[in-house]
Amino acid sequence: MELSASQRLTRTIIVIWTCVVIFFLYVPMAAIILASFSKQRYFRFPISTWTTEWYTKTLESLSVRDLLWTSLSVALLVTLFSVLLAFFGALAFARYEWKGRKLYQRLVLLPIFFPQAVLGLALLLWFSAIGVTTSWQTAVFAHMIWIVPIVVLIMSIQVYSFDPALEEAAFDLGASRWQVLREITLPILSPGIISGGIFAFLLSWGNFPLSLFSTGADQTVPEWLYAKMVSGYTPQVPTLGSLTMSGATVFLIVVYIAWLALTARSRRMRGRAAAE
Amino acid sequence: MAGGKAERHGDHVSWFRQPGVLAALPVSLFLLVGFAGPLLMVIGYSFMPPRTFSLDQAPTLANYVSVVTDSYYLSFVWSLWLAVVTVVLLFLICYPIAYGMAKLFGRWANLVTAAVAIPILISENIRLFGWVLILLKNGIFDGTMQTLFGVSVSGLLYTVPAIIFGLVYVYLPFMLFPLVIGITMIPDALKEAASDLGASRWQIFREVELPLAMPGIMIGGILTFILVLGSLAESKILGGQVIVMISDDIESAFTFAQNWPKGSVLSVLLLALSGLIVFVLFRRIDLDRIIGRR
Repeated sequence: MELSASQRLTRTIIVIWTCVVIFFLYVPMAAIILASFSKQRYFRFPISTWTTEWYTKTLESLSVRDLLWTSLSVALLVTLFSVLLAFFGALAFARYEWKGRKLYQRLVLLPIFFPQAVLGLALLLWFSAIGVTTSWQTAVFAHMIWIVPIVVLIMSIQVYSFDPALEEAAFDLGASRWQVLREITLPILSPGIISGGIFAFLLSWGNFPLSLFSTGADQTVPEWLYAKMVSGYTPQVPTLGSLTMSGATVFLIVVYIAWLALTARSRRMRGRAAAE
Repeated sequence: MAGGKAERHGDHVSWFRQPGVLAALPVSLFLLVGFAGPLLMVIGYSFMPPRTFSLDQAPTLANYVSVVTDSYYLSFVWSLWLAVVTVVLLFLICYPIAYGMAKLFGRWANLVTAAVAIPILISENIRLFGWVLILLKNGIFDGTMQTLFGVSVSGLLYTVPAIIFGLVYVYLPFMLFPLVIGITMIPDALKEAASDLGASRWQIFREVELPLAMPGIMIGGILTFILVLGSLAESKILGGQVIVMISDDIESAFTFAQNWPKGSVLSVLLLALSGLIVFVLFRRIDLDRIIGRR
């Protein structure tokens, strides 16, 4: 299609606008990394003296290690349980036809639309009513109320493109229910399962409103950062912020490389199968 | 099914045996315990007398009355107002980008998607704190202006515009992605036909694009509206004490004031408002078509 001059102008404006907005999305991250290398106790710009001492101090601090360990434990357990629950949840959402499915779809998505702070407080009331003391374990439960529906949604996108005839063919060829799940359903749905898992991990790792009310005496990284931000500046805030950001980035890169390797391998295998 | 006997047993038994029902069971039970339970309890507490900590008192409407008499509705008004402003700004900011992603960028659209999605995975607190460092007195923006032009711009933080800026910043992806889905649903042929029939650009936008992209626009608008209504961190971190939003009031009622029934009433009102909006949305939208693109 030949573009007219005005269409080309619109296109250029849209491209520039997109770049500007994406730039803005990343500006605060750059600001935090800058601040983490500033020597002064109180942040001033331009930065006069640079240092990495806050990094050594932060990494050596035992309380920071506790924070990181709590956040990591919560995120890993949330990922594991969410993926397990959401796998079946997504099959019910998108794979099977059943009476009540439309209602189920709407009810399952409801928690996503729920204000998280209110959900956290409601859970706090709930825990105290049933006599459970809040700790990082209850935070796992709280995170899951919000994250499981999101993982269901992400996995459903994959399930929608899944052809049920493949399962039926395997059944006809004499495969058991378990074999079908292991050999057909799981491999085909694995991209959805993996992306659901990534989202579960990172959303739990960064969650604040739910953690605030459900961790009790334990503290996650976002909670600690918030407490420090509100009570006054300390250089450890940008430092720990930078550290968790780089952690998330490394995690994403590793997952991306693993994904590239996996798709390359399956392509090779498919190529070999076709050659034979 | 073999023979009519099992069928006559009633739909009930066979309904429970469907694979879809079995697959839905774990998540449904989980949400029943973790979501419906707490929700019902909050509703229950909202009818308890003020400052009580059990559900066995005689129900009362005192808390609902005090929302109006104690001017708690002010935080509602602020939250609603900020939500409207944020949603309108987000629509104006995101529409061109979404249009580009759906129709112009081609392969680059994936890169833009990743660039917008990655910040969601970094804690909202950290990103907002980055803006604090930028907008702070003697912060990055102020410091740059002072060094370059000798002008001080120090009053940016802890203002209502700063809160709106933060809200727009944090919730941008939640408007953008639904808009992309919506705009992708517009067939190009229809726009060309309208153009061939002599419609102006504005007419095409208003009469063809907007109505066809409406499901995406509604999802994006309502999702961001509800997220802003329930937001807590933006007004606290970027706004300081300048205004109180509804989640703020709810939090202090439950924590500092130790008045669970009051917090419950405010929660119930917030949820009723959000719930009503979602209900209207879900009635008009077919999820299978939007998520599965069937």
